[in-house]
Amino acid sequence: MSAALAGTGALIRFGLRRDRVAIPVFVVLLALLVAVTAAESEALYATQAERDAYAASMAGNAGMIALVGPAHALDTVGGDTAWQTGGFGSVIAALVTMFLLGRHTRAEEQNGQAELLLSHPVGRAAPAVAGLVVVALADVLAAAAVALCLIVQDLDAEGAIALGASIGAVGLVFAGVAAVAAQVSQTTSGMYGLTGAALGAAYLLRAIGDVGDGTLSWLSPVGWGQAMRPFAGERWWPLLLALAAAALLVAVAFALLARRDVGAGVLGTRPGPPRAAAWMTRPVGLTFRLQRGTLAGWTLGLFLSGLSVGAIAQDADAVLGDSEAVDDIFRDVSGTLVENYLAIALLFLAQIGAAYAVQVLLRLRSEERDGRAEPLLATALSRWRWAGAATLVAFGGVVLVVGVSGLGAGIADAIVTDDPGRVPELLAASLVAIPAVWVVAGFTVLLYGAAPRFAMVAWVAVASGYLLGILGPLLSLPQWVLDISPYEHLPKLPADDFRLEPLVWLTVVAAALTAAGFVALRRRDVGSV
Amino acid sequence: MGAVIEVRGLVKRFGRFRALDGLDLEVEPGEVHGFLGPNGSGKSTTIRVLLGLIRATAGEVRLLGGDPWRDAVALHRRLAYVPGEVSLWPTLTGGEAIDVLGRLRGGLDPRRRDELLERFDLDPTKKARAYSKGNRQKVALVAALAADVELLVLDEPTSGLDPLMEATFQHCIREARAEGRTVLLSSHILAEVEALCDRVSIIRAGRTVERGTLSELRHLRRTTIDVETERPLDGIASHPGVHDARVDGTTARFDVDGPELGAVLEHLGRFGIRSLTSRPPTLEELFLRHYGQELSEAERAA
Repeated sequence: MSAALAGTGALIRFGLRRDRVAIPVFVVLLALLVAVTAAESEALYATQAERDAYAASMAGNAGMIALVGPAHALDTVGGDTAWQTGGFGSVIAALVTMFLLGRHTRAEEQNGQAELLLSHPVGRAAPAVAGLVVVALADVLAAAAVALCLIVQDLDAEGAIALGASIGAVGLVFAGVAAVAAQVSQTTSGMYGLTGAALGAAYLLRAIGDVGDGTLSWLSPVGWGQAMRPFAGERWWPLLLALAAAALLVAVAFALLARRDVGAGVLGTRPGPPRAAAWMTRPVGLTFRLQRGTLAGWTLGLFLSGLSVGAIAQDADAVLGDSEAVDDIFRDVSGTLVENYLAIALLFLAQIGAAYAVQVLLRLRSEERDGRAEPLLATALSRWRWAGAATLVAFGGVVLVVGVSGLGAGIADAIVTDDPGRVPELLAASLVAIPAVWVVAGFTVLLYGAAPRFAMVAWVAVASGYLLGILGPLLSLPQWVLDISPYEHLPKLPADDFRLEPLVWLTVVAAALTAAGFVALRRRDVGSV
Repeated sequence: MGAVIEVRGLVKRFGRFRALDGLDLEVEPGEVHGFLGPNGSGKSTTIRVLLGLIRATAGEVRLLGGDPWRDAVALHRRLAYVPGEVSLWPTLTGGEAIDVLGRLRGGLDPRRRDELLERFDLDPTKKARAYSKGNRQKVALVAALAADVELLVLDEPTSGLDPLMEATFQHCIREARAEGRTVLLSSHILAEVEALCDRVSIIRAGRTVERGTLSELRHLRRTTIDVETERPLDGIASHPGVHDARVDGTTARFDVDGPELGAVLEHLGRFGIRSLTSRPPTLEELFLRHYGQELSEAERAA
């Protein structure tokens, strides 16, 4: 046994050194998320009566419970904070744990560093043990930081520790899941896929369980964390359940590790197709094939976001509470508060969707930088058809990605209001933002064509639309500054009336930017990224 | 029929840096042309100009009778390219990558593709991320060699291949020449160039410093002579065209310039030759002569 563990201490120190940025960033961001949520919850409701109204409306909202978790003691700051952050915080902890562990185990084997390492007097189990120790430390630190942040804000210490522990415990369970996945799959992406699927299933089980009678939630590690009921009469025994599951999973992982070759997986790699399907040897097909995972991820993510936006729309008054900031953003526009809230939330999701288009287009840059564009452009594929394919996938894909956010919001709102007409109404409200998203995409094409080295500036364009929209009214910025954002010119559906003219103009601007980018691309050297 | 590649006085500047500084290159139809030069001498830059990926700052460039910048797409249908550093899409299999590259060029012969996969012993069902450097290079080679094109542009295509695959590669290039294709082969492996190339161009610091057939180049260069004579040698060290002579009574070793070889042999004959070996300069020696200047400059700097 000791031979299998030789060198573990040195590997732990090395692992901590490699993660000396990643772990503190994770710990601080998670603690900040919880601390900011608590501070907002504290500030949002002026009176206990308002807080009670909010708690009553949320406790009866099945959509929010499915999305977030079972509602306990929402009429307290602590209970509300635990509700809002417990489930999401657990998912973040699980994902970070998975990525960190993957980096220390399967990625090292896949890239050949493990082979180099194990040629030294290092035990076969040492890298996995060291990786687990490092991620366990990260989870414990995160749990402590969360608890500490809440105690500093004068919340009940037992509840604060329970919330931190519930998040950290879910992280530890998924350290075990990821450790098993790292033995089963031969590739890092396969390991992430298996772990991510387990996490998704766990979240879904608890969503169904929480809406129903709660039985299914007991099959989910995320459910165990929430069963600790931070700030709502803490229960500590679910923590033992989580720790036992983590220990069992780690034991399974080491049993598998002892039976396999270094670099191999229990599953092995599946061979892929020896020939390319005809559709993917065309420029658009190839771009779609290379980017379909990205498109699927964004579509799912924005659909779920749309669902959550729609689920609370009718409760907007209670959720948003009374504050000057809320008045500035949501009440100083025409229309009812619900419609204003939906218009702004859907616009915000469209701005997030713009990031999809930018990601697809900046892939041109990385393809060029990494030398994959060169052999393609040495075939009969012209630069315009090559970049045109990515442009088509970006401009078309964004319609889908943004559209499903409106679809999700419409479906959730239709269920709450019992009015199926809300689906097309909110779908239209999200789609109306597309021309503005195209302007951001066109700007990205121009940057890539004319100044590929500075194409990352496109991300600033993505962020600035959001910043101008949110901060503009708060800081009372002059109108001409706000007008820089293409989103400023959109009719704010469903609060405003529909106007076609600005949409036409935005589309023309987007087309002009794109065309300028194509002209610049034709004139410059390829490979100058 | 004119030259397949005709480059005269090619200049390429990147900002202030002159990557190519008046380069000349001429490749005749049906020949395998070796393109040699130290790292950073401008071989890949020249090839990128020929492919229309970058634009020449000055000079004349003709490829297959066209302008590689303006007529890029039309010309690319008639050539295939293998880059020195092959980078593939990690989520596609090798077979998919071959088909993508082949069909975007305008189609590839499926029988020839399968035959090449077998000859290069490449598994087309593996994802590219699992390939070694050599296997990635094989993917690019199969895609290029399976294409029915007039010109193959190969930029150090064998730097990751094992000796067995190197032999397969050489066999494929000979077949390509037999079929009448033209090959521009940039290479660091001088044995490969000696085995395959009809003519070579050696470049240095963005300029062509030697070009011609290997025997022409050898003729211009020094041959090493080892000789043993019946009578003690005299007047060798001072003979025109003789360099680095070491004479020890009846034995001598020296280098002689190609054009003076006849006169030197005549001179040696007067002393009664017992044995004589002559060794023509290897390509490596030719190459090192041009490196030599850089080496001594580097040594002096150190």
